[in-house]
Amino acid sequence: MEINYLTAHKLKDRLKKKEISSTEITESVYSRIEAVEEKLNSYIRLEKKSALKKAAEVDKYIGSGGEISDFTGIPLAVKDNICTKGVITTCASKILENYIPVYNATVIEKLEKQDYVLVGKANMDEFAMGSSNENSHFGPVKNPWDTSRVPGGSSGGPAACVAAGEAICSIGSDTGGSIRQPASLCGVVGFKPTYGMVSRYGLVAFASSLDQIGPFTRDVEDCAALLNVICGHDKNDSTSISGEVPDYKKYLEQDIKNLKVGVPRELMVEGIDREVKEAVEAALKMVEEMGGSVEETSLPSLEHALSVYYIIAPSEASSNLSRFDGVRYGYRNMEQKTLRKMYRRSRAEGFGNEVKRRIMIGTYCLSAGYYDAYYEKAQRVRTLIINDFKKAFKKYDVLISPTSPTTAFKIGERTEDPLTMYLSDICTIPVNLAGLPAVSIPAGLSGGGLPIGVQIIGNIMREDNVLRTARRLEEAIGFVGRPEL
Amino acid sequence: MDKISKDDVRYVAKLAELEFSDKDIEKFTSQLSRILDHIANISSADTEGVPPTSHILDIKNVFREDVVKESISQESALENAPDRESDGFKVPKID
Repeated sequence: MEINYLTAHKLKDRLKKKEISSTEITESVYSRIEAVEEKLNSYIRLEKKSALKKAAEVDKYIGSGGEISDFTGIPLAVKDNICTKGVITTCASKILENYIPVYNATVIEKLEKQDYVLVGKANMDEFAMGSSNENSHFGPVKNPWDTSRVPGGSSGGPAACVAAGEAICSIGSDTGGSIRQPASLCGVVGFKPTYGMVSRYGLVAFASSLDQIGPFTRDVEDCAALLNVICGHDKNDSTSISGEVPDYKKYLEQDIKNLKVGVPRELMVEGIDREVKEAVEAALKMVEEMGGSVEETSLPSLEHALSVYYIIAPSEASSNLSRFDGVRYGYRNMEQKTLRKMYRRSRAEGFGNEVKRRIMIGTYCLSAGYYDAYYEKAQRVRTLIINDFKKAFKKYDVLISPTSPTTAFKIGERTEDPLTMYLSDICTIPVNLAGLPAVSIPAGLSGGGLPIGVQIIGNIMREDNVLRTARRLEEAIGFVGRPEL
Repeated sequence: MDKISKDDVRYVAKLAELEFSDKDIEKFTSQLSRILDHIANISSADTEGVPPTSHILDIKNVFREDVVKESISQESALENAPDRESDGFKVPKID
């Protein structure tokens, strides 16, 4: 297999045996990028020069007997809403087109300690708002399996580049499904950890009570290894969970005999593709064959999850994005003679339509006279949703559902109809509202050759159950598909 | 809940420090109406006696010692400023 398609753990073995160098790995990734990037647009910015320099340093270090960690010398892509010191971080927005962070996000600091190689900053929906990666100021990302289709969003770039061999792994963020849904549509593994497991310091905030950073990988083993690196308490993020981080890799060996699986009726939604449903049912059968039990269940308040999300997320966004005022950083319209006009012109010209739409929804929901009916009501219903999950996890170890009700849709198909686009997040959104860990793993290909994802949801801080289920299912499914480009 | 009007959209835009053309106001009014229509269905959920969520985990205030530490320098903080004068951000006249 080509070097750029190997997993990080296989590459680590070869680096250890000195069968390969980080420079060779990095070069193979860039030669793939040169071959396919024009078709995909996975990246907003490539850092080839500094990446090759870093790889050479790593090779020297390894040559002199230096210790090799799981991601030493491994080329990773980073979603462009995660601050990289000295490297432009745009959030795929015109308003941050020239923004150069003066500090690193905590996850970047952690990766740098491992001596990873930064390939580039991956494309995304502007400010992580979208489910198709069509809302980028730098153009849409295409799905590597069919370039007339979307890769999902908002982490379309991080998903597409891993699926296409343009990076070994990547880091994204998930507010309502932005890791899991694109992972599903691109046929890779995407994990959203428990809220607070990964520091959000340096992640440009969209909806602070929902945002979480997580990995994209080509197998569950790399996923666990990357979780080991990025998880952990951070004093710079007061919502981060304190305490020791377990070694997630140890859960990969555990079996799923006697695993109790619930299948929420509300997530086997109406309008789900027949092939998606069949793939999930096939996965459930495999769980049973491995000694687990499967039962249909109901979480009735999930009926309201989408509405709750589309009140809370835009409300938090409207507040978070008020910082973009053309004063301290970001785009400013220089023509205006008074402050207020400068604010308005800069924001009107700097933000794209979907971002404005969400700021408007959020501002409306928080405005005098509507706060109780929308925002506060939504937070009450959120409590009901959390309670439903709590009840379900008294009975089940994990919940299994489709990740996305459909496979990748056509570019342009849903852009004029924001509500239909919002509905595509129906299976992933409840997980963020309750802060739960969940993964999407590839469950096969549709007849049309498009990847299907299955979602495994765990209780708060029960990444262990999610990972062992994912690993056993990954073995049983045996997905080896690779896009032809 | 009430249907949203073009004037509502103009008012909310003002609160959000945004500006729209008349054409965009029209488009946003119809799109926001549909979205708000949909999300208004939460009014049917029975939340009698249910407290609003403030945090998904059961954590209380997070305290730390008040110790002076190094932070980003003034020069770094000004590096991304669209306009500056000596040690400060420069803005147009405050109206």
